[in-house]
Amino acid sequence: MDNRPVLLEVENLQTHFRTMDGVNRAVDGVSFHVRSGETLAIVGESGCGKSVTAMSILRLIPEPPGKIAGSIRFQGRDLLGLSDKEMRDIRGNEISMIFQEPMTSLNPVLTNGQQIGETLRLHQGLSKSQAEERAVEMLRLVGIPEPGRRVREYPHQLSGGMRQRVMIAIALACNPKLLIADEPTTALDVTIQAQILDLMRDLKTRVGAAIVIITHDLGVVAEVAERVVVMYAGRKVEEAPVADLFRTPRHPYTQGLLGSVPKLGSSLTGQTSRLSEIPGLVPSLKQKIPGCVFASRCPKASDLCRAVPPGLALKAPGHFAACHYAEAEGSVAA
Amino acid sequence: MSATSLPPGVTIPPGLAIAKLPGDILPEVKPKRGAIGFLRRHPTMAIGGGLLLVMVLVAVFAPFLWTKDPTALAPALRTREPSADFWFGTDMLGRDVYSRVLYGARVSLIVGFSVAILASIAGLVIGLVSGFNRLADSIIMRVMDGMMSIPPILLAIALMALTRGSVRNVIIAITIAEIPRVSRLVRGVVLSLREQPYVEAAVASGTRTWKIIFKHILPNTLAPLTVQATYICAAAMITEAILSFIGAGTPPIIPSWGNIMAEGRALWQVKPYIVFFPAVFLSITVLAVNLLGDGLRDAIDPRLAKRI
Amino acid sequence: MSQRVLEVTDLKKHFPIRGGLFGSTIGYVYAVDGVSFHIDKGETLSLVGESGCGKSTVGKAVLRLFPLTSGQVVLNGQRIDDMSAGALRPLRRQIQVVFQDPFSSLNPRMKVRDILAEPIRNFGLARSEAEVDEKVGSLMDKVRLPRDAVNRWPHEFSGGQRQRICIARALAAEPDVIVCDEAVSALDVSVKAQIVNLLQDLQSELGLAMLFISHDLAIVEHMTHRVAVMYLGQIVEVAERRALFGAPRHPYTEALLSAVPIPEPGAARERIVLQGDVPSPIKPPPGCRFHTRCPYSMERCRKEAPRLRDDGTGHLAACHLHDLPAAENPLLNKAPPTAFRAA
Repeated sequence: MDNRPVLLEVENLQTHFRTMDGVNRAVDGVSFHVRSGETLAIVGESGCGKSVTAMSILRLIPEPPGKIAGSIRFQGRDLLGLSDKEMRDIRGNEISMIFQEPMTSLNPVLTNGQQIGETLRLHQGLSKSQAEERAVEMLRLVGIPEPGRRVREYPHQLSGGMRQRVMIAIALACNPKLLIADEPTTALDVTIQAQILDLMRDLKTRVGAAIVIITHDLGVVAEVAERVVVMYAGRKVEEAPVADLFRTPRHPYTQGLLGSVPKLGSSLTGQTSRLSEIPGLVPSLKQKIPGCVFASRCPKASDLCRAVPPGLALKAPGHFAACHYAEAEGSVAA
Repeated sequence: MSATSLPPGVTIPPGLAIAKLPGDILPEVKPKRGAIGFLRRHPTMAIGGGLLLVMVLVAVFAPFLWTKDPTALAPALRTREPSADFWFGTDMLGRDVYSRVLYGARVSLIVGFSVAILASIAGLVIGLVSGFNRLADSIIMRVMDGMMSIPPILLAIALMALTRGSVRNVIIAITIAEIPRVSRLVRGVVLSLREQPYVEAAVASGTRTWKIIFKHILPNTLAPLTVQATYICAAAMITEAILSFIGAGTPPIIPSWGNIMAEGRALWQVKPYIVFFPAVFLSITVLAVNLLGDGLRDAIDPRLAKRI
Repeated sequence: MSQRVLEVTDLKKHFPIRGGLFGSTIGYVYAVDGVSFHIDKGETLSLVGESGCGKSTVGKAVLRLFPLTSGQVVLNGQRIDDMSAGALRPLRRQIQVVFQDPFSSLNPRMKVRDILAEPIRNFGLARSEAEVDEKVGSLMDKVRLPRDAVNRWPHEFSGGQRQRICIARALAAEPDVIVCDEAVSALDVSVKAQIVNLLQDLQSELGLAMLFISHDLAIVEHMTHRVAVMYLGQIVEVAERRALFGAPRHPYTEALLSAVPIPEPGAARERIVLQGDVPSPIKPPPGCRFHTRCPYSMERCRKEAPRLRDDGTGHLAACHLHDLPAAENPLLNKAPPTAFRAA
């Protein structure tokens, strides 16, 4: 069992949005926890609510039109009960975030050093020269060559991969306890993605921050995560340790997802058969779904599924799935 | 989940894990249809359009709205204060300001709408040509740059100096002054549309150039152009008023808001109402058109808000 | 000998960079710089590489969406690279395209029926309006969309459904080749599988040749017969699928394959992480274009550009390492980057 203390505990998180044509239930009753130093991946397709979950943790959801309910306890404090000022002290300091688009997340009129220094001066009260010194140190940490020169340059002078490194440097500058990475490598080329994933793994062992990585890429999940939460249509459908999830996925959605991605090397092993499809479309989040959210696309769905929402049940050690028909350990045919 | 809502034939097996679905945290939104729904979705467009409609009705039905002959001189009734007989008072020639302002709406609206339509058509043609022909583009756009270096009002004054004052000439002068801006907009839209995959796909499926222009480019130019046309309409109404105010616009015999204000200028300090009422009408009309334009822009494409 | 549908020889596309007061040309982007390949009937050739390598430019060049700088494009035995727009128009029927973004690929102001009817009418493939309707209906069947959806607007469809409409439009012209320019890249995982399966079914059903441009190597391996790897405007390696994924003969291909994250936790394999970034195509490096990032770079690589050479089995690679004795060649004598053991 994992003995590390729980750092973040999200319980029954609901993030809804008011729109002109109905209430969008982007996240609807999601619970999970993150332990100190752990890497948790939240996976799902677009619109499943994974990014909204991340934004909700940092309370970056504009209210209105949004509304967050439930509880988000970080080191025992409920973030939803904090004032805006207390929340600002936590953002970028104890919890920081990196986004998909490194260019739009950096301020084009500040030098790289100033961007990093800004958070340090804000949260840790460093002087200008101390902040720059620390900025150089951070750039070196994230593997940017010639940090002394780069610290005085502007973001547009950097390539996409280098910008994402600067983003990571900013996020790590204040030694956060939790780093939320929302699709950190999606906008990058595959060789650059490999560099950034390597960097994230390396930094994790050196810095020791817990990481929540939000992604749709199952390859990225397999490479960096320890534990995985699978989301579908605003709900959590499965949670498991990474190896367990990929070896024996228990929710039909996860099974479908894993079956629909071809594996590299398939031509050598002769596994180039048809990809399995998940038929149909994600249901609209503006309608209330009484039963299982996946029932409309699920090959196993019955009337029971359409009427009674499945609860998350323990199927194997640390492995939960929300499916009436998911087999528990021992009953699975190998 | 209560067992009563279960469909027939479904029983819950013992020990089944059932999720407790959380309740709603926001009140249910019922999508509104019809006029109320439109008003709620696009309040600026509804208010602007409503105000403008009132103005149009006022202009059209001016003779029936308790007006007198707006050009009838009555030297005995000069510069009367607003009263039950003369709602907006009379000017220095004894003409009824209320009637003149209402009839003046005709000139403003005719000029505004005509310029908007003519400048849009001309700009559309010029923009399409320069968006599709490199050689024409380099020549046309240099001319347009030159024209744009002169403020439109100065250009209109200069053009009016060359001709006689008439509503038609005012329309032509303001149209010419507005063409460069529309052409630039259309050209920009055309150039970005040409890069759109659906246009490239149409090229690849053997569509002729004229068909691409008329079926793929033109319909998608109309939305931003309509928005721009409302702004041109508002600008044209102001320009017309300025031209008339400085005596370079419509002939003084025609009651236009600019003319009424020009005539009231000398008496501004003692009889402010002569200037006040046409000014209020002009402001309301321009505001209405601009609100309509903003509403249209947001309704057509929220992202356009950043581009225009 | 199978039928050659598309043959491209020494294709070049240099985009001028305009600058200065009078818009004179101050340089070129060497987007595509000498690319040759061919595709046979019923075959899929994939063009892979990272962003900016010129793979999409190749696709648009063979579609003649812009004039070429130089090179030959032969479509079904006819040279189309130097044809006038008018002479080319009827031949465009033979080569069609599906683009990446399903949202900007359909004219928002045309109904699905008109979108699909356009190529049918342009190429005179139907004699009457009734026949147009019948063809549009059967296209909807082919891409597995309901026939009555033809009267709807593009915005009423999801991304995956729109991509089906794009495929139907490409098929409407009854082409011999389809260029798929990142056609599944923008789609969600589960929808991606639907479209990949659809493309494969249509290909085997209709005997289409396909130029499949993608950066997603796992999808490419799943879809393709042969693969061409591009780097900075040039093809560095071409081979049959098994040969390329099993024993890459170019260091770039090797690194690319080893960088792909694999959905297999704890999979043990050697990873080559390339240092630095792709150089600018405005000033490509001299010699081998890959030498600035190549882990095996030698003195010779900095001076002399390697040519694409056949190893005798139809596996082409442009690398000086193959002039070394086999025992000293770091590319040989090791497990392929795609062969990994599950933990």
